Amino acid sequence: MISANLSAIFYLVSGVLFILALRGLSSPETSRQGNLFGILGMIIAVTVTFLSTGNFSSGFVYVLIFILVGGSIGAFIAYKIPMTAMPELVAGFHSLVGLAAVFVAISAFLNPEAFNLGKPGEIKLGSLIEMSIGAAVGAITFSGSVIAFLKLQGIMSGSPITFKGQHPLNAIILISIIALIYLLCSTQSSNLFWILLAVSFLIGFLLIIPIGGADMPVVISMLNSYSGWAAAGIGFTLENTALIITGALVGSSGAILSYIMCKGMNRSFFNVILGGFGATDEKSSASSKEQRPVKSGNADDAAFLMKNASSVIIVPGYGMAVAQAQHALREMVDTLKKNDIKVSYAIHPVAGRMPGHMNVLLAEANVPYDEVFELEEINNDFANADVAFVIGANDVTNPVAKTDPQSPIYGMPVLDVEKCKSVLFVKRSLSPGYAGIDNDLFYKENTLMLFADAKKMTEDITKNL
Amino acid sequence: MEIDPLIFRLSIFILSIFVGYYVVWSVTPSLHTPLMSVTNAISSVIIVGAIIAGLSGNSNSVFNTSSIFGFLAIALAAINIFGGFLVTQRMLAMYKKKKKEKK
Repeated sequence: MISANLSAIFYLVSGVLFILALRGLSSPETSRQGNLFGILGMIIAVTVTFLSTGNFSSGFVYVLIFILVGGSIGAFIAYKIPMTAMPELVAGFHSLVGLAAVFVAISAFLNPEAFNLGKPGEIKLGSLIEMSIGAAVGAITFSGSVIAFLKLQGIMSGSPITFKGQHPLNAIILISIIALIYLLCSTQSSNLFWILLAVSFLIGFLLIIPIGGADMPVVISMLNSYSGWAAAGIGFTLENTALIITGALVGSSGAILSYIMCKGMNRSFFNVILGGFGATDEKSSASSKEQRPVKSGNADDAAFLMKNASSVIIVPGYGMAVAQAQHALREMVDTLKKNDIKVSYAIHPVAGRMPGHMNVLLAEANVPYDEVFELEEINNDFANADVAFVIGANDVTNPVAKTDPQSPIYGMPVLDVEKCKSVLFVKRSLSPGYAGIDNDLFYKENTLMLFADAKKMTEDITKNL
Repeated sequence: MEIDPLIFRLSIFILSIFVGYYVVWSVTPSLHTPLMSVTNAISSVIIVGAIIAGLSGNSNSVFNTSSIFGFLAIALAAINIFGGFLVTQRMLAMYKKKKKEKK
């Protein structure tokens, strides 16, 4: 048994280690060490908790058993999961944090004495407020993440689900959550606590269903942020510094990522949250669509173009992840490099289904990270490059974002792919991308469309090089 | 007059938000996915609350409604802690620099 003050200091230490874990991610070289700091922080926090309860009775054995069971499941998933499934995994993990926060809040509500929060029915007012906020945010995180997971996994359609009166309904539910928290704190009624949880689960579900597949980077970041605030809420209840620091870190991290993602799409946060993007724009683009000539080619043509190039820029997108083409792509690039062709990769901030998605896939395929560039770093290089190889990306290359103020994506930062001498566009069909708009790039003089599965096409090109 | 300890916790909270703000802005965009998985892992430090809840039963009955929720929360948080840190480790191990010569 250690004193409350000493354990508080250890919790502070683990909070600081968590800060260092995030700090390490400022560069790939320091990141691995940062992760070790994070693990160390976690070990300290858990050990101190055991020591401070001083309870090594039979309950302790069960705690260890549950840690082992959960830990083995977690470790198993971590080793088995393919890198392309990372967005689903992260969404799934968020839901677990949310649910854990809800369970801890329930437990504290039922047995406040164990946490020094007063007696059942007479919980300290401050603790009850913190607890109910933590529980509500946790419940929203849980159900929202479950929906995000289902959409990413493809179990649920990625298209936005909207209905009449959706926004007023959500507003009413959000207001009722605040009212419920107020009533709960004044009456301490356990019925209100359960209703609060149920309503929070419901709103998490309703908030995410109208958001479409390509907006998932924003949703995942947002849920990341929520899971942090839920943890912080519980941290206040438990008066635990490690939990408060971590909650604040994770909360602001998720918020910043959401901001970066929204900026990458030139949309306001509210615009994304209110959802339904794409659904309304489709009609207008369908009517204006006329048959325009496209040049299409095969792997042979593509190989010929690239062989005669001196520099090639690869633009990967979600389609590459779907086709699992990253390894085939790297083999193609290796062959190009053998022919002394300079190759670099250009990544748009919202390429893929979560922040940094493309970078992880390329890293998995052994692409060195110093060949991979962000939008601002590489955009000027397109004008000097011979070939742009667009694989699985679409809207993020559409020049319409710069030229047509009527377009729904006008103002969105895009990669200046059209400035390249020639553009190779790997795509399965001419269908528009997520935003539901035609890509002008398809019809440019210097564009060669390669209609095929991304992986197969890349392999074929390699054979022809 | 004494200051309520809540104010101290609130101070820690607000300052940590600022620390988080500056630290996360310095994270390189190529590591945003590992950032999400590691924040996942560290937010599961909520396991400390779950452990207290799980140990709340007395020696006669380890399991009561409150402690059962605690045990469930322990399992969920443990999935996240192990899963989150290990998958982050796995991802970070893949980020390699170009060996040899020029750029």
